[in-house]
Amino acid sequence: MLELKNINAGYNSFQALFDVSLSVKAGEAVAVIGPNGAGKSTLLRVISRLIEASSGSMEMQGQSYRDLPSHEVVGLGIAQVPEGRRLFPRLTVEDNLKIGAYTPAARAKLQERMEYVYSLFPRMAERRNQLAGTMSGGEQQMCAIGRALMSGPKLLLLDEPSAGLAPVIVQSIFELMHRIRAEGYTVLIVEQNIQQVLKVVDRAYLLEIGKIRTSGTAAELLASDEVQKAYLGV
Amino acid sequence: MEFFDIFLLEAVLNGLLLGGLFALLSLGLNLIFGVIDVVWISYAELMMIGMYAIYWSHTIMGLPLALAFIICIVGVAALGTAMHWFIIRPVLSAEPINQLLVTGGVLFFLQALATVIFGIDFKNIGVRMPSLMVGDISLSMARLIAFGVAMVAIAATYLFLNRTFAGTAIRAISQDRSIMPLMGVNPERIYLITSAMGGSLAGLAACLLVLQYDIHPAIGLSFGPITFLVCVMGGLGNLLGGFVAAFIFAQLISVGGYVYAIEWGYVMAFVFFIAMMFIRPEGILFRRR
Repeated sequence: MLELKNINAGYNSFQALFDVSLSVKAGEAVAVIGPNGAGKSTLLRVISRLIEASSGSMEMQGQSYRDLPSHEVVGLGIAQVPEGRRLFPRLTVEDNLKIGAYTPAARAKLQERMEYVYSLFPRMAERRNQLAGTMSGGEQQMCAIGRALMSGPKLLLLDEPSAGLAPVIVQSIFELMHRIRAEGYTVLIVEQNIQQVLKVVDRAYLLEIGKIRTSGTAAELLASDEVQKAYLGV
Repeated sequence: MEFFDIFLLEAVLNGLLLGGLFALLSLGLNLIFGVIDVVWISYAELMMIGMYAIYWSHTIMGLPLALAFIICIVGVAALGTAMHWFIIRPVLSAEPINQLLVTGGVLFFLQALATVIFGIDFKNIGVRMPSLMVGDISLSMARLIAFGVAMVAIAATYLFLNRTFAGTAIRAISQDRSIMPLMGVNPERIYLITSAMGGSLAGLAACLLVLQYDIHPAIGLSFGPITFLVCVMGGLGNLLGGFVAAFIFAQLISVGGYVYAIEWGYVMAFVFFIAMMFIRPEGILFRRR
């Protein structure tokens, strides 16, 4: 579904990604793991075209989109849940969801999608008229995921969904991941919580200082020396 | 109780009517600031150009007044859009002081342009509206109409912001600019829509003012600074705050002007503004979260 080849990207003179190649097949859940500052979020921003890749190729369902403006990427079926949730705090839950369905194709199905998201997250239906900024962190994460689903994506990008949340909530967020997968979405997730995320995904890439260090199935990575020593502290 | 006389009531009512006009003007400026994060110091000069557009099309070209009003609103909306495209867009990521200087430059340019074309004489379109007598209170018909139209326009803007996708995007973009593309929103398009809306509100204000005031190149200065102060007092970008501040400000000018002398009304309003900047610098409706 998503195919990145030899991506180089960065900010001004600082290069954050070096020759990163990555692929996500339809129906798969893939994680990009790695330490803070490895370039994981940068990678997702490149995929959403918020950051220009200086070289390399990007394809979504066989269509190259390296020159597409960032606001048209959603139209390809790629929706991102940004790091830190980034809801519009002074808009209601319902308005936040509505913004998620901004593209013309999604607008036509606004009611249908809204009901779908509410059925997936009944808590959001209860809070539809509440200002998003007044909800708990876990609820905000639900709302942020719901907002991304409003565009009717094929591929869901999740940037550190567990960051900044209490341990109990983190647990529920990963349970949420299972439900999202069960709904048939293809998922690319960036996480520092390696142990947890490797239980949810099929495959993973280990990113270190802007380079793919290793990749494999979740079980392989969990058992690999690199991950064991450096990240799980075994 | 000589204080509560009929003339005081008249001053209060006139303040209310004036407040409606301030509210309309501050809405446009606030909308633009909230969305684009740039203060159009030259906002009232767009209105001044609109007044001349009415004068030109109605008095000089002989077009019906209604058509002249439409030309004014559409024209100023186009002017607002052009202002964003040619003046603001190139300095969007510049220092705020430079953005301010650029819009200040537009202010002087538009004033000079109007002076060159129309001269410094006071013009008017020759429409004289009667006064409405309610008991012993005399209210200007033009002001009543201006108030009514301003309220309708504000309500329409409110509905637009709350009911449409573009309106929701406008409210969202002022809260988080950088993630808008992830929603499929092209910020540049929202900026243009907002500039056109701000322009059309200035154009509408021109239609309402032309019924009450003579037109001259510096008339923007009678309204621009007050509009800006109203916006700041309400909290720049806070539409509801601006609405409330407009009525407080107008009431101070009107009642203060009645109790003492007309200039004292302005003095009181400005003193109040300065005091508020110390007491509530974030705006009258600001709540700490």
